[in-house]
Amino acid sequence: MRAALRIIALVIAAALASTAAAQTDDATLTKLVADLGQKSFSKKSKAIDALFATGDPRVAAILEAMLSRNLYKQKSDNAILVKTKKDGKSVYQNPLTKTAIETTSKLKKVRINNKLRKKLRGAIGSLSLQNKDPVKRIAAADAVFKSRTKGMLAPLEAALSSEPDDAVRDRMRRALSAIQLVHKSDPEVRVAAVKTLGEFADPEVRGLLNSLLVKRGDGSHAEANVTIRAAAEEVLTAAERSAAFWGTVQNLFQGISLGSVLLLAAIGLAITFGVMGVINMAHGEMVMLGAYTTFVVQDIIRTTAPGLFDLSLFIAIPAAFLVAGAVGVAIERGVIRFLYGRPLETLLATWGISLVLQQFVRSVFGPTNREVGTPSWMQGAIQTAEGLTLTYNRIAIIVFSLMVMGVLLLVLRRTWFGLQMRAVTQNRPMASAMGIRTGWVDAMTFGLGSGIAGIAGVALSQIDNVSPNLGQSYIIDSFLVVVFGGVGNLWGTLVGALSLGVVNKFLEPYAGAVLGKIFVLVVVILFIQKRPRGLFALKGRAVES
Amino acid sequence: MSSHRGFILPYLTSAPLGGRILLGVLALLAVLVPFLNLAFPPESALHVPTYVVALVGKYLCFALLAISVDLIWGYCGILSLGHGAFFSLGGYAMGMYLMRQIGDRGVYKDPILPDFMVFLNWKELPWYWYGFDSFPFAMLMVLLAPGLLALVFGFFAFRSRVTGVYLSIITQAMTFALLLAFFRNDMGFGGNNGLTDFKDILGFNLQSDATRIGLFVASALALAGGYLLSLFIVKSKLGRVLVAIRDAESRARFLGYRVEHYKLFVFTVSAMMAGVAGALYVPQVGIINPSEFSPANSIEIVVWVALGGRGTLHGAALGAVLVNFAKTYLTGAAPEFWLYFLGALFILVTILLPKGIAGLLGNAPDSWTAFSKIGARLSSLFPGRAP
Repeated sequence: MRAALRIIALVIAAALASTAAAQTDDATLTKLVADLGQKSFSKKSKAIDALFATGDPRVAAILEAMLSRNLYKQKSDNAILVKTKKDGKSVYQNPLTKTAIETTSKLKKVRINNKLRKKLRGAIGSLSLQNKDPVKRIAAADAVFKSRTKGMLAPLEAALSSEPDDAVRDRMRRALSAIQLVHKSDPEVRVAAVKTLGEFADPEVRGLLNSLLVKRGDGSHAEANVTIRAAAEEVLTAAERSAAFWGTVQNLFQGISLGSVLLLAAIGLAITFGVMGVINMAHGEMVMLGAYTTFVVQDIIRTTAPGLFDLSLFIAIPAAFLVAGAVGVAIERGVIRFLYGRPLETLLATWGISLVLQQFVRSVFGPTNREVGTPSWMQGAIQTAEGLTLTYNRIAIIVFSLMVMGVLLLVLRRTWFGLQMRAVTQNRPMASAMGIRTGWVDAMTFGLGSGIAGIAGVALSQIDNVSPNLGQSYIIDSFLVVVFGGVGNLWGTLVGALSLGVVNKFLEPYAGAVLGKIFVLVVVILFIQKRPRGLFALKGRAVES
Repeated sequence: MSSHRGFILPYLTSAPLGGRILLGVLALLAVLVPFLNLAFPPESALHVPTYVVALVGKYLCFALLAISVDLIWGYCGILSLGHGAFFSLGGYAMGMYLMRQIGDRGVYKDPILPDFMVFLNWKELPWYWYGFDSFPFAMLMVLLAPGLLALVFGFFAFRSRVTGVYLSIITQAMTFALLLAFFRNDMGFGGNNGLTDFKDILGFNLQSDATRIGLFVASALALAGGYLLSLFIVKSKLGRVLVAIRDAESRARFLGYRVEHYKLFVFTVSAMMAGVAGALYVPQVGIINPSEFSPANSIEIVVWVALGGRGTLHGAALGAVLVNFAKTYLTGAAPEFWLYFLGALFILVTILLPKGIAGLLGNAPDSWTAFSKIGARLSSLFPGRAP
C-alpha cells in the first residue's frame, strides 16, 4: 500500500515538475481561464481542476484573485479580467500578461461559493508548495494543515519527497499527518500520524487532537478507534506537560528580566544607601537623568551622524554616567555632607532635590514622554518552536545589568578607590588618620552610585517611557530591593532584585499585575518585620552603629 | 461641666505661647469667618467669599493632619511617610457616607448603588458598603479604618523593632500598595475617579453657604480638639516616655518601658486624627480619589511639620497653613515654580532650620536673634572656613 502510494506520489511529482518547467502555452491557458467564468459552480470547479493540472506558475495568482473575488468576466467577449487597485483606483488587467485593459463593456464578478473557496485554497496551497521561496512553502504547508483537504494529500506527498529544506519538510510532515489522520482509514497510518503530530504540539495540533477526544451527544466518541484515542491522549498529556514547562521558562525569563531592571535601578542605591547609609530619595531622578542623556545623545547623533545610531547607546552609557555622577557629586557636596548622621533629614532634603530635578527636566524637555530609539541590533526576538519568545532588548538588559554588577564588584574589591571607600565606611576616623581624604571619598562614592543610576537610565530608556516621572516609579521598588536583600551587600541586592522580579512575574497570571505587585509589597513588608536587616544581613559591630 | 473645666483648663493654661496663639486664632476664625461670610452681602468689602471659607477650611484639615504627624515624629521619632494613607482612609469613609446620601439623585437614578457601581454593572452593594448610610456608623469608621490599619501595621512593625528610615520606607510602601489597590475598579471604591458628586451631608446641601460655614467651624473645632488632645498626650507621663523613646529608644527599653506599646498607642491615635482630618477634608473639596494615597502627598506633610517646627504641635499647624497657602498661590500664579519652591523648602529647612519656624521664634523674641541664629547655623556648616 505504502509503496504504491509512494510511486504514485513520485509520478505526480515528476509530472508536476515537468509541467512547471515547460509553461503551458498561452492559448490553452486563456481558454482554461475563460472556463472559470461559467455559470455553474460545478463547471467552475472542473475549470479550477484543469487549471491546477497545468501547473503553470501564473495559475496561483489567478486562483488567488478568484478567491478574493477580484476576478471579473467581460460581458462582450467572456474574457476574464483581474481587478487590482492602483493609486486608489480600480484597474483591470489581463490575468496572464498583466497588461491593463480599458474596458467599456459591462463586467460581471465571477462568483464563488464555500465549496469552491475550499477548493481554491487547496489548489493555491499545493501550487505554493512548489514555490521557490521556502517561507512561502511553509505558509502553504500551514494553509494545508488548516484546510486538511483530502485532495492535498498527493500534492503534499509529492512536495515532501522533493523538499530540500529541513524546516519546510517538518511543516509539510505536520500538514501531511493531519490529512492522514482525518482522511485515511488505516489505523496504523493514523496512529503514526498522531505520533508525528506529537512532535509539534503547538496549539493548532492540540486543537486537532482534542477534537478526536470529544464525546458526541449520544455518548459515542468523535473518534471511534480506541487505540487512536489513546495515542492522541498520550500525545496531548505530553504536550501539556511541555507547554507548562515552556510557560514556566517564559515566566522565568520575564521574571529575570524584571529582576535585572530592578537590579539596575537598585544597584546604585546599594552603594549610596547600602555602603554609605545615605537615604537618597533623588536616586530615581538620577535614573531619569540617565534616560534623558540617552535622548540627548541620540538627538545629537540623529542630526550630525545618523550612521552612528546603532552605537548611540555605547556613547550614551559613559555620557549618562558622567552626567548623573556629576550631579551626584554636586548633591553630596552641596547638601548631603551637612546631614551625615541624620538619616531622616537626609531623606527629606534629597526628596526636595528630586522635586527640583523633576521640575527642571519638565521645564527643559517638556512634560510629555520623549522618544528614545532602539538600535537595530536590539530589535526583534528569538522565537522557538515551543512558543518561547525572548526579545533582544530584554536579553541585552539582563546581560548588561550583570556586567554592571560585575564591574562594580571589581571596583569595590580590586581598586585603590574601592579600598579607600571601604576603609571610610568601616572606620571613618581611622581612615582619616591614615591620610585618606574622607570628604573626597564620600563625594566620589556618592558620585559612583549616582553614575550607576545614570547607566541604569540608559537601559531603562529602552523599555520604559522617558518622562520626568520615570524615576518615581522605581524609587520605592529600589529601596525595597536593597532593604530586602540586605543593606551593604551587593550580592544581597542581586538576589533580592532577581527574586522580587521572578516572584512578581509568577504571581501575575494568578492575581493580575496590580494585585501581584500589592502582594509582593505586603510580603516584603512582612519579611522586613521578620528579618529587619534583610536576606543577607551584615553581622558584627557595624550593624549597631 | 466643672469636671470638664478641671480637665481642659490646666492644659489651656500650660499650653506654650504658640499654642495659645493657635487656639486664639482658631476661636477668632470660628466666630469671625461665619459672621463676615453670612452677615455681609457679597458686594461688601468685608464679605468673605465662600470659596475662601472652603480654602481656609481645607488648610485647617491639613493643619490637623500635620499635628498628627508631629505627634509621632516630633515626640516619638517615628517618621511616617504613609500618613496620607490614614488621611485618605478617613476621607474614603466619609466619602462612602456621602455617596450613600446621594440616593436616587445620581445619573443612573439607582436608589442604593452609587453611580460607578451601576456603570460597572454591579448588581448589589458589596458587604463593606453596608452601614455607611448611617452617619454615626460612618463616623465610627472614620476613626476605625485608619485606626485598625495603624494598629495592625504598627503592631508588626514595632514588635520586630523596625525603626528609623526602615520604618519610613515601609510606611511609604504601605501607602503605595494602597494607592495601587484603590486604583482598581474591582475594589469597589470608584477606581481611578474615586468618590465625588456629593449632594448633601446630614440633610444639608453641601453647596450652600451655611453648610460650608458649618464644615469650616467643625474643622476649626477638630483642629483645636486635636491640638488639645496631642498636648494632653505629650504633657502627660506617657508623653515623657515618648520623648525618652525618641531620644534613646534602647535606654528607655532597658529602663523597663514597653517601648512597642507606647509607640503603638501614639501611632494609632495619630492615625485616627489623620482620619478625622481626611473626613473633614472630603466634603469641603467635594472629591476623594486614589491619588491622595500617593507617597508624594505623604512626604509633603512631613515638610509642613519640618518647616513649622517639629516637636511643637502648633508649629506643625503653622507649617501646614504656610506651605499650603504658598501652594495655592504658586500653583495659580506660577505653576512651574511650585515644585522648585517645595524642593528648595525641603532642602533649606533641613539644613538651615532643623527646628523650624517655631523653634526659631520660640526662644527669640526679636527677629534679629532669629537671623543671627541662621547665620550661626550657616557658619557651623563650614567649620574649616570660619574666620
